[in-house]
Amino acid sequence: MKNMTIAELLERYPFVEDYFQQNRLQVTGFEHLTFEAYLQHFSAEEIEDKAIDIERFLPELETYIEKMLEFLGVQDDNTVQSLTIIPGTDKNGNPEKFENLTVLPSQIISIVGPTGSGKSRLLADIEWAAQGDTPTGRSILINDKMPDPKWRYSANNKLVAQLSQNMNFVMDLRVGEFLEMHAQSRMVQNPEQMSARILEAANHLAGEKFLVDTPVTSLSGGQSRALMIADTAILSTSPIVLIDEIENAGIDRRRALELLVSEDKIVLMATHDPLLALMADRRIVIQNGGIHAVLTTTEEEKSLLLELDKIDGIIQSARRKLREGSLLTKQEIFK
Amino acid sequence: MNLTIFSGPPSSGKTSVILKAIAFFQKRGIKVGVVKFDCLHTDDDTLYEKAGVPVKKGLSGALCPDHFFASNIEDVVKWGNQENLDLLITESAGLCNRCSPYIVGIKGVCVIDNLSGINTPKKIGPMLKAADLVVVTKGDIVSQAEREVFSSRVSTVNPKAMVMHVNGLTGQGAYELSTLLYDENQQVDSVQGMKLRFPMPSAMCSYCLGETRIGESYQLGNVKKMDFGEDEG
Repeated sequence: MKNMTIAELLERYPFVEDYFQQNRLQVTGFEHLTFEAYLQHFSAEEIEDKAIDIERFLPELETYIEKMLEFLGVQDDNTVQSLTIIPGTDKNGNPEKFENLTVLPSQIISIVGPTGSGKSRLLADIEWAAQGDTPTGRSILINDKMPDPKWRYSANNKLVAQLSQNMNFVMDLRVGEFLEMHAQSRMVQNPEQMSARILEAANHLAGEKFLVDTPVTSLSGGQSRALMIADTAILSTSPIVLIDEIENAGIDRRRALELLVSEDKIVLMATHDPLLALMADRRIVIQNGGIHAVLTTTEEEKSLLLELDKIDGIIQSARRKLREGSLLTKQEIFK
Repeated sequence: MNLTIFSGPPSSGKTSVILKAIAFFQKRGIKVGVVKFDCLHTDDDTLYEKAGVPVKKGLSGALCPDHFFASNIEDVVKWGNQENLDLLITESAGLCNRCSPYIVGIKGVCVIDNLSGINTPKKIGPMLKAADLVVVTKGDIVSQAEREVFSSRVSTVNPKAMVMHVNGLTGQGAYELSTLLYDENQQVDSVQGMKLRFPMPSAMCSYCLGETRIGESYQLGNVKKMDFGEDEG
């Protein structure tokens, strides 16, 4: 790398351009120099003015290229075929009451338990790929093996993506720009195409459609949620998605889960909404900081889900009628 | 005694993150003390007191907080050793995002938050670029996409640092952070003779010396002028 000119670097590792940009290094006009020679051209005054550390840049660029190559290379063998949770203890040190719990891609597990019971801790254990070295003593296996340390330490390889009720878009961009920016940071070959695909998926989930040039900050709650879910399902490299309650307004939650599952995500869902919780095949019950039980959704519950869906349909149609400005009648609602 | 230097923009969540991590140290019987540096005012010392953490605060007042830090860190370390701390944490807010209080050979942690926007990593100088560990906060209120873009940009300006997410409210990630802050084998008796990782600007102009009048003839010393270009007039 040391003997390559900036032009050669840019040709061989196109992502280096982002490195120059983010580090405020203007390389235009210096392409014929090596990076080392380019760094030499700064005067002492410029170095102080720009607050740059010349000595750090050379080894850092090397690390950056290594990391990016690793990120690009491992995407293929990044596939998580299984996630296993090995029990630890609850807050009082009592052993958790479950056998090793293995979850496969496309499976949905719901998590129930009162606030403060230890949901965050469970999630943190997974995110950190715990090896008996967290307060619960739990261990996590990926593909039946001890997880690769990259899940812990690398900025671009995180095990868990999160979707929660409180999430907002803070940047002021249009939907298309927003998605393309995310796609670029994920090193996607064709950001525009990817962005169109996500927009289509998001509109499939949202009650009301939105466009590629709608500013993300003016999306409704349901539309925002739909965009976040579609983006996470399709573009995020994290194999596990944690959903922390999704409101039942302006978004088709069943389709949202189907989308995540169709993208081979492992879905963990903290919810007390029976319509969602019963969609999962298993649910984790958390009490006093530990996993108290892992229940399998029974046949009875599955048929109950159908009944509950009907009741939900009634409520939804009553809501729709109110919005339209009609009077509600018993006969029409319970027909 | 271990020493860790925390730094980060104002209101990025430094105190919350440190307090959550300290809770885990207290459970392990590791004695932690904090010295909080700020410019004009801070109430954070009472938060530490409430948590039973020995704390001192240093207000830089009329001085640049980073200069103030460098002139006081030796005494701060002395205090920590007198208090028989196992771990001393210093916390200081970077005000103009240019400098950093990190010292060569001492662990430096930068706390920045997702809400500050994805262009922030580009704007912050050595405070972010020279840190060993970057803690990103407020990830629970921005979209997953912004979280990912943000941490990838942090990693672009500081490829050597480890980047982790900590939630200052729920404490998610704080235990993991705590394991990275304390090393039984580290022993810092004094920081005398150690070096800052990055020099502070040598600026010294008439306004540094109390001048209040505006105008070319009052400007002496290190004066820098904006370039408006010829076309723009």
